[in-house]
Amino acid sequence: MAMIELTGAGKSYGSRCVLRGLNLAVNEGEFVSVVGSSASGKTTLLMIACGLLPPDAGSVSISGQPVTDFAPGAAIVFQNYSLLPWLPAIENIRLAVEGAFPLWTAAQHRDQAEKYLHMVGLGTAGAKRPSELSGGMRQRVAIARAFAVEPSLLFLDEPFGALDALTRATLQQELARMCSEAARPVTTLMITNSVDEAILLSDRVFALSRGPGASLSDPVAVDIPRPRAANMIMREEAAVRIRARLFNPAPVEVAAHVHASA
Amino acid sequence: MKSRLVAMSYSLVGVLLVCGVWALLSSVVAPDLPSPLKTWEESRLYILSPWEKRGEMDQGILRMAAYSLVRVAKGFLLAIMIGAPLGFLLGSSPVFHRMFDPTIQVLRPISPLAWLPLGLILFRQSEPAALFTIALCSMWPTVINTASGVRSIPQDYLNVARVLRLSRWKKFTNVWLPATLPYLFTGFRLSLGIAWLVIVAAEMLTGTPGVGGFLWQEYNSLIYSHILLCILTIGIVGFVLDRLMGMAEARLRSV
Repeated sequence: MAMIELTGAGKSYGSRCVLRGLNLAVNEGEFVSVVGSSASGKTTLLMIACGLLPPDAGSVSISGQPVTDFAPGAAIVFQNYSLLPWLPAIENIRLAVEGAFPLWTAAQHRDQAEKYLHMVGLGTAGAKRPSELSGGMRQRVAIARAFAVEPSLLFLDEPFGALDALTRATLQQELARMCSEAARPVTTLMITNSVDEAILLSDRVFALSRGPGASLSDPVAVDIPRPRAANMIMREEAAVRIRARLFNPAPVEVAAHVHASA
Repeated sequence: MKSRLVAMSYSLVGVLLVCGVWALLSSVVAPDLPSPLKTWEESRLYILSPWEKRGEMDQGILRMAAYSLVRVAKGFLLAIMIGAPLGFLLGSSPVFHRMFDPTIQVLRPISPLAWLPLGLILFRQSEPAALFTIALCSMWPTVINTASGVRSIPQDYLNVARVLRLSRWKKFTNVWLPATLPYLFTGFRLSLGIAWLVIVAAEMLTGTPGVGGFLWQEYNSLIYSHILLCILTIGIVGFVLDRLMGMAEARLRSV
């Protein structure tokens, strides 16, 4: 049974249809990405999938249960970090741990937060406020905050979108490592605008067509063995093939749209 | 440093010019208006021994100002203790907002001179009536700013609170309160300004010792220079209060 399942899900803002007829299934332990250009409704898709935004049409279920609020056992990394600026890095993580494990003692909360801050390589920066950290460091804190609740479901909303290329490459590798070392198997849905990032990290990739009224392509399986190195993946034949299929997903509407604008 | 000196000397020139106009007015068109020099001569006792208490309504100017400040502090505290929670309710609940916003908009422009008689009827004593008036008049900026602060908490932070499954109390202390704090302080600053404005009216009508009460008494005793002394004191104290709140506000915004 699919962990995350969207069936015919759609969303409109007023008369503007953003997403329609989305069908998406993520199996347990799988890493699935959705690639789309900016302003195509990617973030809306993720917000619907994780339960922060109710869909207008269709349904969303997690482990077979219809979703009404943010899914239990889930964690999310937002594009703009979304750390609370008035709390030091460690407190940002601890707050999440407290919410996820209300029965733990204060010392356990503290230890868990420190453990995950160390895991993202920021062991000495715990007392700093987000404004004193670089973009990459902030996103590390956000990733630590997500993993510290030991999620079974992970939602990533363009987690590296705001970072420079070098930081982005490092953090992609760290994310892959965190996923493989997680306390329990993590089912992940990631939204990104980078096809290479999707190929590097995912088991399957969907392409989201251009909005308005964006819809999903059929998934493309990424059959490249792990661990994958970013510089290798650029040249790998399988990757080239996947990239070609993602760039030309060829649902009817998209093709028509291209012709119309040409 | 140098530009600062220049700026200060400009301010000084401005003050001197205003004093010049004042002197001119008193000697040419308004003979009842005491000149700056006469004001100083008749007020120096109050300024040079500012803490002296010679009688109930005959005390040094700082002592009078202190009475007023204590009264303002009480009224202001009452105002923010009611105003801030009311603002939070108003900002967080659309239903509550619908229900009470029109009433608040109607109550807001009512002058202290209108509330005070009602306070006197209700409490039959001048002190609680004065506090009632100060609180009722100065509460609104805190209410309105807090409410708008709550309404403008970024959706990101609200999402974080939801995603982290914060309890109501934790959501309040870790997200709502810190996110609204700058708005809250803007409200406090405006409220304090109004509270200080109201104090004079309240003291004038109740005849209690304080700058406003002193002003009214000296008007009745025809010592006009003391009226000017009071006016200047009210202005300077109000300015200092605003500056202090502004500093607190700036410190909060920098976090």
